[in-house]
Amino acid sequence: MATLDQPQISRSRGRFAGQWVDGFVMLIRIVAVVIITWGLVQFIVQSASGTGGLTGPAFRDLLVAGLAQGAMYGLLALGYSMVYGVLGFINFAHGEVFMAGTVISFFISNALFNAGWWEEAFLLSLLIVLLSSMIISTLTAVIIERVAYRPLRNAPRLIPLITSIGVSFFLQNAFFGLFGPAVKSYPRPPEWLTSRRTILGFEIEGTKLLVIVIAIVASIGLYLFITRTKTGKAMRAVAEDKEIAALMGINVDRTIVTTFAVGGAMAGVAGLSWAILFRGVSFITGFIPGIKAFTAAVVGGIGNLAGAMGGGVFLGLAESVAPLVILEPLGVTGVSQLKDAVAFAVLVLVLIFRPTGLFGERLSARDRV
Amino acid sequence: MPRRKTLHLIAIISAFALILAACGSDSTETTDAPDETTAATEAPTTEAPATTEAPPETEPEAMFEPGPLGAVEVGPGEDIQIRSLQAISGDVATLGIPNQRGTELAIADFGAIEGRNVSIGTPLDDLCSADGGQAAAQTIVADEDVVGVIGTSCSGAATAASPLISAAGMVMISPSNTSPALTSDLAGNANPDYNPGYYRTAHNDLFQGRAVATYLYEELGLRNAAAIHDGDPYTNGLAQAFADAFEEFGGEISVFTAVNKGDTDMVPVLTEVAAGEPEAIFFPIFMPEGGFIVQQVGGVQGLEDTLLVSADGTLADNFLVLPESVGVIHSGPDLQFGENKSALGTSAEDFLAAYEAAYGEAPSAPFWAHSYDATVMLLTAISEVAVVEGDTMYIDRQAVRDALNSLADFDGITGSLTCDDFGDCGSQRISIVDHLEGETTAAEVGQNVIFTFPN
Amino acid sequence: MSVDWSRARFYGINAGITLAFICAIGMVEAFDSRSVINPGLTLGIVALIWVPPLLAYLATRRKALEGFEAEPAGAQDLGAGALVGAISGLILVVFVWGVDALLEAGVAIRDVFPRLSPAMIEIVTFGRGLGAGLTILFVGCVVLATAGAALHLLSRPVRRGIEFGLLYVLAFSLLEPVVTDILEDNADALYARTGGLKPSAAAVIFLLTGAITAWTTHRDAPSIRTRYGRMDLDVQRRVTIAGVIISVALFGILPRFLGGIMNELLANIGLFVLMALGLNVVIGLAGILDLGYVAFFAVGAYGTAVLTSPGSPAFSPELSWWVALPIVIILATLAGLVVGTPVIRMRGDYLAIVTLGFGEIVRILFLSDWLSSSFGGSQGIRQIPGIEWFTGEIKGVDPERIFYMVAIFVLVAVYVSWRLQYSRIGRSWMAMREDETVAEAMGINTVTAKLLAFIIGAILASWGGAIFAAKVGSVFPNSFELLVSIIVLVVVIVGGMGNIPGVILGAALLIGVLGGPTQPGLLQEFQEYKLLIYGALLVVVMLVRPEGLLPSTYRSRELHHEEMDQDAWLKAGVGAGIDEEELAT
Repeated sequence: MATLDQPQISRSRGRFAGQWVDGFVMLIRIVAVVIITWGLVQFIVQSASGTGGLTGPAFRDLLVAGLAQGAMYGLLALGYSMVYGVLGFINFAHGEVFMAGTVISFFISNALFNAGWWEEAFLLSLLIVLLSSMIISTLTAVIIERVAYRPLRNAPRLIPLITSIGVSFFLQNAFFGLFGPAVKSYPRPPEWLTSRRTILGFEIEGTKLLVIVIAIVASIGLYLFITRTKTGKAMRAVAEDKEIAALMGINVDRTIVTTFAVGGAMAGVAGLSWAILFRGVSFITGFIPGIKAFTAAVVGGIGNLAGAMGGGVFLGLAESVAPLVILEPLGVTGVSQLKDAVAFAVLVLVLIFRPTGLFGERLSARDRV
Repeated sequence: MPRRKTLHLIAIISAFALILAACGSDSTETTDAPDETTAATEAPTTEAPATTEAPPETEPEAMFEPGPLGAVEVGPGEDIQIRSLQAISGDVATLGIPNQRGTELAIADFGAIEGRNVSIGTPLDDLCSADGGQAAAQTIVADEDVVGVIGTSCSGAATAASPLISAAGMVMISPSNTSPALTSDLAGNANPDYNPGYYRTAHNDLFQGRAVATYLYEELGLRNAAAIHDGDPYTNGLAQAFADAFEEFGGEISVFTAVNKGDTDMVPVLTEVAAGEPEAIFFPIFMPEGGFIVQQVGGVQGLEDTLLVSADGTLADNFLVLPESVGVIHSGPDLQFGENKSALGTSAEDFLAAYEAAYGEAPSAPFWAHSYDATVMLLTAISEVAVVEGDTMYIDRQAVRDALNSLADFDGITGSLTCDDFGDCGSQRISIVDHLEGETTAAEVGQNVIFTFPN
Repeated sequence: MSVDWSRARFYGINAGITLAFICAIGMVEAFDSRSVINPGLTLGIVALIWVPPLLAYLATRRKALEGFEAEPAGAQDLGAGALVGAISGLILVVFVWGVDALLEAGVAIRDVFPRLSPAMIEIVTFGRGLGAGLTILFVGCVVLATAGAALHLLSRPVRRGIEFGLLYVLAFSLLEPVVTDILEDNADALYARTGGLKPSAAAVIFLLTGAITAWTTHRDAPSIRTRYGRMDLDVQRRVTIAGVIISVALFGILPRFLGGIMNELLANIGLFVLMALGLNVVIGLAGILDLGYVAFFAVGAYGTAVLTSPGSPAFSPELSWWVALPIVIILATLAGLVVGTPVIRMRGDYLAIVTLGFGEIVRILFLSDWLSSSFGGSQGIRQIPGIEWFTGEIKGVDPERIFYMVAIFVLVAVYVSWRLQYSRIGRSWMAMREDETVAEAMGINTVTAKLLAFIIGAILASWGGAIFAAKVGSVFPNSFELLVSIIVLVVVIVGGMGNIPGVILGAALLIGVLGGPTQPGLLQEFQEYKLLIYGALLVVVMLVRPEGLLPSTYRSRELHHEEMDQDAWLKAGVGAGIDEEELAT
């Protein structure tokens, strides 16, 4: 500390620190490359010699599971990315937006099940659940924006981020209070959906296929909305520069609300995926997927919608495959427990190798600073 | 500049001096305090002998001579104080609340001791964590009138609470701690976390692990099994106990792995397990992860014929309602209480009827009977050692411990209770139940006993 | 401009929804077992009755703007208040009546909302049946809301007297264990046998504290802060030192009069003060949002556990706590470097998620079976010895001495962060917080400065971890969840980012009353709703008072410079004719 009182020493030390940081980052890069390569080599050797590794079908199952989980992360990540693009802050509470839709729609699915609709008219029931989950998530997102974020439009950027952490905890525990702590499970989809089927020579479970298809359809829909409609164009204009957009006659407030609403609707679609894929819901459902989707948005390159989807799929695959393919061949025990650690390690590594994410950021000039 | 520094230095030094003085004078003052229960509140082991000398001087006329741990005085019209320390908030409340209610009902059934009512005061929360248990225990030992504690719910909380309770000369009887670390290895060696004054009516994990291993290895003749826990000390300990016993019998644990609480995608962990080609998977975990496992096991090749074995954590309605959970077998404390009667004459049926009447629902976890028995044990010990002289009742702390230590063949709802040298008093009966088609509640599934240990 | 009725209607609806929400999440029922004034008022009812008056008060409040003459409050304000009360009361009455009707009809609403119990209805209808109970409820809401609005009619001293009088009554009631601990048998004069203030005692406290507050407000004495600011630097320094000595002396003596419960609480508060002081350096001074702060706490605790405990699985040197401490500090420094270095060049928001990730990675590694041969996995490390001291071992059994131990470290931490704040590095942190690019252009090496902040934060947290390990005697991975980071963050924010006394006040209030992540606070009943309240507090503080309860001067200037500009602009007369509502949004 004493040395810092003297400018010259501090400056030379500073340069040293800068080099040190670069060196350390380089070291992390090298270590990461070595570990990953070594793990992969071991994996291939073990699989080939049959002393470990994975069989073909097992590997394929992992890929499909990772893809389905990743598609869900991607749908959520879109919400983070869009809000970031427009407002330049991370809406930590987006996971709770998703949770709200999923938890409340459970009661609707349960009522449908009790009425016998779930079995007789499954696709119709699914549509009803999809709509309710989208509506509730959208409403939640819009209300959060109105109450918590709009008054902070011009505050320093960390302020809305911290606020969103508070919103996240409030919503979680409000749902805990309202609906109780117990985990509730959506009814089981019918046999014809859950069974395995072969698509293009690739055997896949019906539910996972449906989830992947839903994600693809939703992303195409979103893409068309953003590029083809007036509102979508307005959103892009606001993301680029709020003041100029306002001068061009765009209602900035309404566009921001639309952004939240669209993000919420995507979270609602993710809620449906959850209802088919995992089924068990409780107040805590949105927290970890929310953090993962946030991670996915950063991994893909924030502000970049294709990147968000890509980042989600990448993260889902990495989580699913990396523990068994890279860690286990290295002799690590209990690798499934390290799944979350792997996801966050992926985040750190991606940012070290490509600070703007895998697919590059799309940010306005001001945000890029 | 130098002057400012000196002043700061003086401030710091004076602060240190004050604190040193405060800490230094501590021991002398407390030992001088003429209070017959000093030993209860302040008993760092080194000072214990000194504190025990004080009591006789304060009560010169009394015939009653307190033992080395002091005694509790209950004046006329006062209540005998015991405490309930359970996990009563958050998602573990399902475990702690029936325990607390079991204690309440037992007190009501037991009635007054020598004309004095028993009170549990405000129910305390162990937060299912070590620091939560410690803080709550601190609250308990601060009240010198407390004789004993029924709790904790979670083993982790007990590791931090039992040293405090023990040092205060009190006793604690847990209805649902199962960690071997708190008592002994069941072979006559105390584990490091055992403290005198700790008892429990729940079984020891080693026992449940051995029961499952016996069933799989000897009854079903399986030789290769996998175990999955979720990082909770309870599930980890139980999975480990099972693995150790299974290997001891000569079986192979091909995969011992874990998931994280909050995990959803179970395909990776099941793929990891499938690589070992086990004949059975033991996953003593909770909802929702337990549910995700049974739902997703069908999507992993190689596990089609694998037997799924769980524990009491999933013996809950929200797991059993899942269609996929049919066929999963559960191990847990033996709930086939049948005609067992507690020393008070209460049978399980009587208890459940009283519970339903008082709280409007059935117990949400299987340890209610253990809690009832624990409370009756404590109250019986108190009533045996309580001495009334004049208007005052004296309860000697060491005598309470002695009474519990020598407890043998005591009738409880859970069976016959006998305390070993390290606080394991439970009837140690484990049953394994099967989940048949069409059943969706713990009450129904609990009836299908296919194996009891020891049989 | 007269009373804005639509605004009153809006606030009324909000008040009604809030009331129904508080009932539906089970707060009323859970809090009912605690008596505030005995007989007469339980905490369950208190959970409700603050809503109508507060919202009525807010609905009729005038915006104080420079350049506008605030209209004096009049009778129509009472009307608006009554409207807020009537709407909120109506919503609550309809809600309770509806729930009761559904329950009576046997509709299984409790499958969806488990907390809508007959017991809750019994409490809010005061056990007098639906008709009479709901009438009382409605009238009560109207009267209370009108009273809330009527506060505007009173002169400032009287208003503050009433507000503070009520607060003191509540505080005395909630602090029952503390007061009983100090006063011992004399406390019987204040508290009823079954808990709660006696009505007479409550009246005396209200009148006394209210009168004192009213009198001091009336005298309009400048606040201590202003007076302190006006002093000469030399005098200021002496006053500061005197203040420190007095508070040290007070805290040196106080625990001796307190029992185990309060000392345990104080020790827990102290641990959070330590962590909050560390995080204050990172976020309050340097402006880095670190959401993985718990990692350093964990490193401190596990480091101590491994080095001192004979129960450590692999490597167990069984060192003395004092020998372990410097090693733990070195470990924390290394951890700070390892976490800090890769993230140091990242943007603010990325930092948040990456540090969060690091925090989780650390917890998962300690938890994992893979490393359980070194760290015990989910079974943790037990048998951690206490801290050696001249008079014997200090451990959790003896919370009083644990508190002294924590207090020593808090003092050192306060001293360190105070010196840092006004040092060269402290000024560069603040420059960096305001504008990183400009700071860099001014020749501040942001890399060094950020790393230093990280490391200092890590070291302070590791002290907390080291004491925590010795205090609890065992460490389990579930004590180091993300929640710890978030709660420390709330403490820093609510207390006042960048201000040391603020951080201490925040820890005392939040951890003391509500409790920490796995530490109970004063009120057992708050346990279930702790996180809900933390979340709500975080949002409200950010919206209403982002600088915290005790703001640092710099920080509030940063946050409010726009308002100041605006006021100046209005003063210049440009703003004449601008609609007030427009400015408010």
